[in-house]
Amino acid sequence: MIAATTELSFRDALRKALTEELERDDNVFVMGEDIGRYQGTFRVTEGMLTKFGERRIIDTPIVEPGFTGIAIGAAMTGLRPIVEMMTMSFSILALDQIMNHAAKIHYMTGGQATVPMVIRGPSGAAKQLSAQHSHSMEGWYAHCPGLKVVAPATAADAYGMFKASVRDDNPVIFVENPGVYTIKGQVPDDVNYLVPFGKAAILREGKDVSLIGYSRMTHVNLAAAEELAKDGIDCEVVDVRSLTPLDTETIYESVRKTHRAVVVYEDWKNGGYGGEIAARIGEDCFDDLDAPVVRCGGLNVPMPYARVLELECIPDVKDVIEKVRKIR
Amino acid sequence: MESPSAESFLRQMATLQALERELTTLSQSGRLRGSLHLAQGQEAVPAGACAALQPSDYLTATYRGHGYVLAKGCSLDGVLAEILGKATGLACGKGGKMHLFDLSHGLLGTNGIVGAGVGSVVGAALTAKMDRNGRVGLTVFGDGAINQGHVHEAMNMAALYQLPVIFLCENNLYAEMTPLHRSHGNVNLLERASSYGMDAIQVDGNDPFKVYEVVKKAVDLGRSGGGPTFIEALTYRTVGHYQADAGTSYRTLEEIEEWRQNSPIKRLSARIGPDAEKIIDEADELVHEAVERALGSPDPDPATALQGVFA
Ligand SMILES: Cc1ncc(C[n+]2csc(CCOP(=O)(O)OP(=O)(O)O)c2C)c(N)n1
Repeated sequence: MIAATTELSFRDALRKALTEELERDDNVFVMGEDIGRYQGTFRVTEGMLTKFGERRIIDTPIVEPGFTGIAIGAAMTGLRPIVEMMTMSFSILALDQIMNHAAKIHYMTGGQATVPMVIRGPSGAAKQLSAQHSHSMEGWYAHCPGLKVVAPATAADAYGMFKASVRDDNPVIFVENPGVYTIKGQVPDDVNYLVPFGKAAILREGKDVSLIGYSRMTHVNLAAAEELAKDGIDCEVVDVRSLTPLDTETIYESVRKTHRAVVVYEDWKNGGYGGEIAARIGEDCFDDLDAPVVRCGGLNVPMPYARVLELECIPDVKDVIEKVRKIR
Repeated sequence: MESPSAESFLRQMATLQALERELTTLSQSGRLRGSLHLAQGQEAVPAGACAALQPSDYLTATYRGHGYVLAKGCSLDGVLAEILGKATGLACGKGGKMHLFDLSHGLLGTNGIVGAGVGSVVGAALTAKMDRNGRVGLTVFGDGAINQGHVHEAMNMAALYQLPVIFLCENNLYAEMTPLHRSHGNVNLLERASSYGMDAIQVDGNDPFKVYEVVKKAVDLGRSGGGPTFIEALTYRTVGHYQADAGTSYRTLEEIEEWRQNSPIKRLSARIGPDAEKIIDEADELVHEAVERALGSPDPDPATALQGVFA
């Protein structure tokens, strides 16, 4: 039987998951800047304070390292914190807490302690926020062992992966590109709908080229595939969804079918996570490839402010098409 | 250095007011994208503080720091062009609204990261001390920023090394939408700063003369080797935190109205009398013309996106 669904935006699906997880488990609570009274600058925590009260919806001072450290301690001692970074760019201030503590504690303690916490927030460029506010942080976190990193593209995945994040016993970085908040989709009416980590999704089947991406770039890939189809190039769109753990099997299966791959990511091309995906394909699917694996990433510069310059830096449909034509 | 006249202060403050009015119009019509943080109601602090500085003194400010940038003497055309992302901007359109830099005027940047300009000004003050160049550094930040750990690290070191720094905290009672008492265990900011071993003074931030006076004293102390000073300027932002915030969901209309009545531009205009209107009109016209010039300036060449990552 197919479960009933409701159409929701990514943001509303995320908020629904957050609400239901707070209802389900009294140990779950939320911390962050202007999330309670103001209900969040990106409105994800709208209505939460009224519903759950100050004990569980905690407005913090502007102290990213401070509240991240506090959340880690709370997680080690039985609670399940959800930390909102107003933008993931500000999580840079908390890198020590995230990488040196949250990520390592389970391993360093020989498994005595767990850190069941979620760090979530918008990651990536949005409307000329320029150099200091436009970071794609997922690659940094996926580089670090001990952190799970997910970056859903659709409303249903936002819903199911967020629930899975809250119920996971590890620190999870949950990435929301500002460009996906308003994208709508069908979301299952099931409070226990969990999308497991480490499972990529094929959002469009094709036989000529695999377009591999996550978060907002999945939508760019879908649009590029649509355009390329008009010229008879049949692209398969692989939505990676989960960076750590990474579902190489689904990616490899797609590449074995199409023999060509373009990996698309908004992060800096140099050293971004798409490079890791491309390297794995190169290592493990060498004999299946008819062309080099191509990366389509952001320009290796601090995000410039001027609109014309910003547009230069972020991969778009035109860039993806150009890369596909290079190998096809 | 004599205090500037009331007229001169008003001209400075009215220029900031006009700039922000123009930017608001551009933002509302979609010609200016991204966050726009306004300082309406806080105009006296930059006017008073920068009047006590020399052009060569160092300055860092925040995303809300347009007033400091102008009062420090940076070119209105260059600033506007940068805010509009034009090739003729201070940083050729690369830095943008939150990242205004003009080294030729000692401006070591406005900053998009809360509290981040504090450390760099302390570093500039270290240069001033080591080079004996006689300069001082002033950094302005909000009441919210004072909770950031690195702000405290910088204050401690400025006191430890006796550096010529003025820590100017604009206490507008809210950090974004959060009131002071909801983000500070101890709302007495002077106590927190003075615990590091420096003078800490509170001043009416809506009076440019008073701001000038305390900053001048702190500058003199710094120049003569007396180390840092912390100044808390009490003020109020009579508009929202940024363009997407009306500013009314966390503050009462009465509170906002009371501060509007007490706005520094109103107060100073009353003191000046009939001439005030003329000064304000002139500032409006000056800024409007500059906006037209900036809008007519060329966009950066897309190819420049790749240039300038390294020296
Ligand atoms: C490290 C960091 N965290 C969060 C933000 C988002 N943010 C921008 S302004 C602001 C409030 C700052 O308040 P305050 O220091 O009082 O200065 P004001 O804005 O009132 O001038 C916040 C939280 C940021 N820019 N940087």
